[in-house]
Amino acid sequence: MKITYPHMGNLYIVIRALLESLGLELVLPPPTSRRTVELGVRHAPEFACFPFKLNLGNFIEAYELGADTILMAGGVGPCRFGYYAQVQREILEDLGYHMDMVVLEPPDTSWRELRDKIRYLIGRKSWWEVIKAIRFAWFKARAVDVVEEQVLYLRPRVQQTLELEKLYREALKKIDEAPDKKSLDRVVDHYLALMKGLPQKPGPFLRVGLVGEFFTVLEPFANYDIERRLGSLGVEVNRSIYLSAWINEHLFRGLLRVKGLEHTKELAAPYLKSFVGGHGRETVGSTVDYALQGYDGVIHVAPFTCMPEIVAHSILPAVSKDYGIPTLTLYLDEHSGEAGIVTRLEAFVDLMAARRERKLKGEAGKWIFT
Amino acid sequence: MDLYLGIDVGSVSTNLVLLDPRGEPYTTPIYLRTQGRPIAVVQEGLSMLAEQLSSRDRVCGVGTTGSARYLAGVLVGADIIKNEITAHAVAALRVVPDVRTVLEIGGQDSKIIIIRDGIVVDFAMNTVCAAGTGSFLDQQAFRLNIPIEKFGELALQAENPVRIAGRCTVFAESDMIHKQQLGHPLPDIIAGLCEALVRNYLNNVGKGKEILPPVVFQGGVAANKGMRAAFEKALGTEIIVPPYFNVMGAYGAALLARDWALRKGQPTKFRGFQVAELKFQTRSFECKGCPNNCEVIEIKEGDHVLARWGDRCGRWSTSNIPTEELIAKSIS
Repeated sequence: MKITYPHMGNLYIVIRALLESLGLELVLPPPTSRRTVELGVRHAPEFACFPFKLNLGNFIEAYELGADTILMAGGVGPCRFGYYAQVQREILEDLGYHMDMVVLEPPDTSWRELRDKIRYLIGRKSWWEVIKAIRFAWFKARAVDVVEEQVLYLRPRVQQTLELEKLYREALKKIDEAPDKKSLDRVVDHYLALMKGLPQKPGPFLRVGLVGEFFTVLEPFANYDIERRLGSLGVEVNRSIYLSAWINEHLFRGLLRVKGLEHTKELAAPYLKSFVGGHGRETVGSTVDYALQGYDGVIHVAPFTCMPEIVAHSILPAVSKDYGIPTLTLYLDEHSGEAGIVTRLEAFVDLMAARRERKLKGEAGKWIFT
Repeated sequence: MDLYLGIDVGSVSTNLVLLDPRGEPYTTPIYLRTQGRPIAVVQEGLSMLAEQLSSRDRVCGVGTTGSARYLAGVLVGADIIKNEITAHAVAALRVVPDVRTVLEIGGQDSKIIIIRDGIVVDFAMNTVCAAGTGSFLDQQAFRLNIPIEKFGELALQAENPVRIAGRCTVFAESDMIHKQQLGHPLPDIIAGLCEALVRNYLNNVGKGKEILPPVVFQGGVAANKGMRAAFEKALGTEIIVPPYFNVMGAYGAALLARDWALRKGQPTKFRGFQVAELKFQTRSFECKGCPNNCEVIEIKEGDHVLARWGDRCGRWSTSNIPTEELIAKSIS
């Protein structure tokens, strides 16, 4: 059994830790590239959303490297994601790529089904070993998130941005390679120190919250590297959700004390009381959350045709009006023009800067924020 | 006299505005068709401006905007490179200080800018379709064999504007042809088209925005009286078309350059009007440094690399060592 799984930001590090600790053989798809997009777009239904197409491209590229089993997440609720695995399996089958698809449905639906799927994957390994593997994967997820958070904070601040990106890449590689918890901690401490040691520019910096559909928020390829672009425009980005928070909420039922999105449901309640699929409700709640924390603005990203986020998008003007926080929604997919994204981001940064200056000085904001 | 230059290189037109120290146009603004040759057109515009200046005039600040703002900025040596949304807002605020809504329709994009108390609070650009922008009106005028300048006036003669499907240019065009074949008079069809485009604009670009007067309408399409009338009808308010409506981007860029110069007191990076005589080459290549495969664009003057952009990581844009050397040593 040669297992593969779709890319989503740095998720591969976490899954690798999980599966390799269980002695399973992995085939990692090549990093998502334009070829991945081309393959996915060619074989996916045109109006399927962008994550679907990228996943499909990943699977085909992994098949070419010898993968025969796909580990894919399932889902319930109004979001189409719940059907992804089934449709993708059919498409792959039609193309003559015979792969076994193991769909892990979220445990909030059925523990027993999840247990059976895991049993199928691990064979005769004990449950104790599974728990140990999950624990280790969790530590890796935390390590990745701590480093990412630091990079987001430092991007607008450091003078040598190329150096910071290099350290970031190295840190991810070392986290991926770390064989145990102890060396993992050492890697994180080492790289955080190096990053913080880079010479910094004086502030102030604009702060923006990034909300929206989970995959698009986490996968730089899908969001056109929005975090890095904002960083180079001098903006500190705060991501509403991290991998570890998602794992905690969905797999551990929020047992661990990691800031997630649970509290945003309450914040969204005056606008949206029901679950609309995906993270639609959390998008609304997180926007309120960022407004309460005094952020300069919120950027909302989603794949084109994403239903839950369309619901959220139609509510954001009301939140924006009530709390006085500007929002910018970007729908992204393979047809997005890079120039258009850049123009909107630059204009949004100007808008936030003018407002910030107005707030500080009580006069009409100047247009150049330096 | 100390002058400030603004250049807006858009998909359809390239505009240059020269301001005096008070921020008023010093020469007649220049409006040229870009026709896919941004470098040559900027050069042409510069030499047209140079002819109008005396030896005592000097340029003290330059701003560029528009979709080719980086290219133009590198070419002429800009002090400030600004996106077109900010540039348009700055110009509208100068002309109508209490403006609260800016409708801007250019060659290939249309935007709405919401302003309150003198600052931009919200904006949107068309996302899905270019219907309702200048290029489409141009095409239709050409197809109907009417000069684009007359297009709007014809619309005003309409007695019963027909209803035309405006979601997408392809459907709008086939619907127009259909209405022609049925025998509707031309003015009614053109007026119907204007109304369809305005409807499309308000439903897509203006969705969820609070459109309050004063409303300023600018961009090349504002020349079209039919579009202006359709906006007035749809919004039920007066639509102000400012005197320099078709060069407002360049006007805003020049105002920003003036602001920059007055604030910073630094010498301009302007490379002078002789830029018009220089030879530039551009090329693009795909970087193989990582899976992003960015398309990097490079502009050279002789053997000297002036600038590169298009890379997400900054490896190319932060360096001006010759490309081949950089490829050799940097792929890590």
